[in-house]
Amino acid sequence: MIEPILLEMRGIHKQFPGVYALNNVAFELRRGEVHALLGENGAGKSTLIKILAGVHSANEGEILVKGRPVNLDSVHTANAYGISVIHQELCLVPEMTVAENIFLGREFQTSFWKMVDYRQINERARKILALCGPELQPEAKVSDLSIAEQQMVEIAKALSINADIIVMDEPTASLTNKEVGLLFKIIKELKEKKMGIIYISHRMEELFEITDRITVLRDGKYIGTRETRNTHREELIGLMVGRELGELYQRNYQETSDVVLEVQNLAKKGVLQDISFTLKRGEILGFAGLVGAGRSELAQVIFGIETFDSGRIYIEQKPVEITSPSVAMSHRIALVPENRKEQGLVLIKSISYNITLTVLKQFVKFIKTDHQKEFNLVHDYVERLGIKTPSIDQQVGNLSGGNQQKVVLAKWLATKPRVLILDEPTRGVDIGAKAEIYALINALAAEGVGIIMISSELPEVINMSDRIMVMHKGSIAGSLIRDEFDQERIMHYATGGN
Amino acid sequence: MEVKVLANHKNGLVHNYLIRPVVNFFRDNLGILLGLLGLCVALSFLSPYFFTIENILNVLRQVSTNANLALGMTLVIIIGGIDLSVGPILALGGTLAAGLITNNNIPVPLAITMGVAVGALLGMFNGVIISRTGIAPFIVTLAMMQIARGAVYVYAAGQPIRTMVPEFNFLGNGYVGPIALPIIYTVVLIILVSILLNKTKMGRYIYAIGGNREAAKYSGINIQRVQVLVHTLIGAIAAFSGVILCARMYSGQPTLGNGFELDAIAAVVLGGTSFSGGVGRIGGTIIGVLVIGVLNNGLNLLNINSFWQLIVKGFVILLAVYIDISKKKKRLKQ
Repeated sequence: MIEPILLEMRGIHKQFPGVYALNNVAFELRRGEVHALLGENGAGKSTLIKILAGVHSANEGEILVKGRPVNLDSVHTANAYGISVIHQELCLVPEMTVAENIFLGREFQTSFWKMVDYRQINERARKILALCGPELQPEAKVSDLSIAEQQMVEIAKALSINADIIVMDEPTASLTNKEVGLLFKIIKELKEKKMGIIYISHRMEELFEITDRITVLRDGKYIGTRETRNTHREELIGLMVGRELGELYQRNYQETSDVVLEVQNLAKKGVLQDISFTLKRGEILGFAGLVGAGRSELAQVIFGIETFDSGRIYIEQKPVEITSPSVAMSHRIALVPENRKEQGLVLIKSISYNITLTVLKQFVKFIKTDHQKEFNLVHDYVERLGIKTPSIDQQVGNLSGGNQQKVVLAKWLATKPRVLILDEPTRGVDIGAKAEIYALINALAAEGVGIIMISSELPEVINMSDRIMVMHKGSIAGSLIRDEFDQERIMHYATGGN
Repeated sequence: MEVKVLANHKNGLVHNYLIRPVVNFFRDNLGILLGLLGLCVALSFLSPYFFTIENILNVLRQVSTNANLALGMTLVIIIGGIDLSVGPILALGGTLAAGLITNNNIPVPLAITMGVAVGALLGMFNGVIISRTGIAPFIVTLAMMQIARGAVYVYAAGQPIRTMVPEFNFLGNGYVGPIALPIIYTVVLIILVSILLNKTKMGRYIYAIGGNREAAKYSGINIQRVQVLVHTLIGAIAAFSGVILCARMYSGQPTLGNGFELDAIAAVVLGGTSFSGGVGRIGGTIIGVLVIGVLNNGLNLLNINSFWQLIVKGFVILLAVYIDISKKKKRLKQ
């Protein structure tokens, strides 16, 4: 049986100065449907969602909610029509309780004195949570919750305004597999309740698991809509990219030789236990594990961001004391951090400024700047990494995720590292940019750079690595050579098996 | 959509050191420049005395202290901090120099050096506490405001210390041609701080720390060192300004500098420096200083009493910053 149409967007046009963000885009959502929006970064998904959320207004086009044309001129109006967006970065007040967050701005008041009626707030929150997070206590403080639980609070918030069109923007980006399972269960329950869900994710496997239909956008244009059960991965990638994509993972394996980095019995109380491994020139050493297994912390210790209690680090067989990032850099270690917006980039500054931040001493001598040298350096990396930008003076915050990630890579390649630590190098990056980044990593390994690649995407670790270390609760739970690579085996170690 | 046209890079001394800075200056500060211009035009009509060389030089001399403090404050605010202690440090530096000269017969250059050094030390103390303990700059410098004010009262026993040494007094009252010495110090300082901010590695680090501290740390920048340096610098600048002001008044004044930090902050904010850090220009700050100075001068010339002046100043700051913010919002929203 075909469910009635809940939302229809027709002929949506949106122009920003110099950019045609959306060009005649259409979208349709039925009751009880999970409808994915798919596209590379910059394809127009975010813009479309922002129009739906009342943040931007379309230059042209028609939006119908339950068959009635509406004018979504503010977030408030969008909410009133039952549209609720759960953003990738959750917007909760950490120091308030679950219930307070759900009803933030819409508090119930006692009839006398107009005080906040906590009893009613908690009572109502409990009712809503029964649907989307039965284990959550309305009185719990949000800062004590996991990311997954916070997401449930966001969903509860959406339900509390009687939203029946719920947009989820990359909801699984920072969830563990188990948490993803829980989220999907909730989504299925929302479907039962005949709500419509717009689902945005870069993780293709998820789309096949949870969605009913998939609409693909590319360069601001509507490309097509497919029934999930009638399509397959390759077709979707073809629609998204609009061109034949070569092999995603490129890896020329080669004999690796001398050890460039050795870590012996590294320990940090409560974080890392007895970590030992070696990294050879030209080798890609994958680090797999669940979120919180200590992989990023290990990277931070090696790079001098965090201290450690005991253990030794050797660079080319010589013991080194890494007390700060600048010491690590002097040993030619580089770290491309996990979170590019928070740790990687100064978003309000230009591409040029960001790339050169790590290597200023090459061309700034006291008060004299060699602008030509600076320009050449930046230009070389922009070309080599294929950073798409009209100018190297472009503010980094205006670039797409993939291009931002390339700027972070450029900034660290500029230091000519011999040990390059990549922490989730392709997180939130579209598939085209992903392929380019893999090709780059492969080329760097071929040049002799020793690479540590931390990744939560198993296909990525398995296809790119020479060896894989699996971490669990701060220790190395298993070590695999290429012949032994196997998803299940890695998950076995990652979840504490031996 | 393969856009790969990169900015055309012209390399040349004239372009890098003259044309580009000037073009940027006008582009970045158009709004407040127009405001300043409008203010000057209006005052020229309202008061025949306003647009005279004499009055203009007078205004420049009057704003020189605030300009010095605002220069330091610009750096502090760009790294995402604030310094409330500049007024008392200014009083301490100046009074100490005057006291050493009058009470201890210390030679003028040495006394000045000591005054400035104490200011630098207190600034350094601010920087060290902020960077090592993580106490908010607002709190640390609020405490220092009390400490330095107390120290100068203790040192001078709450009384002004007169200085009879002409060489010292000349530093605040002398002229080169028609131009008062304090204007010259300020111009030199503007040049030095501009070079620091725009031409050195330290300058880029200052923007990086304010723009994204975490990313700065991950880039190998020694954040603590930059914080200490910037606070030391503003301490030294404040003490130096105090020395000059005391020389101008022929005496060390322990009560000097009340509220100076607020004027400096106001000038920086008027100049478009963002309180969230990472954004700000020396050029903007200088215009901010001038707006406040011209406003003070104009209201004086129009015989508006100083109580009303405060009220007017407060509203002008609100208005100017509001215009600035709504302009930025518009640019973002487009």
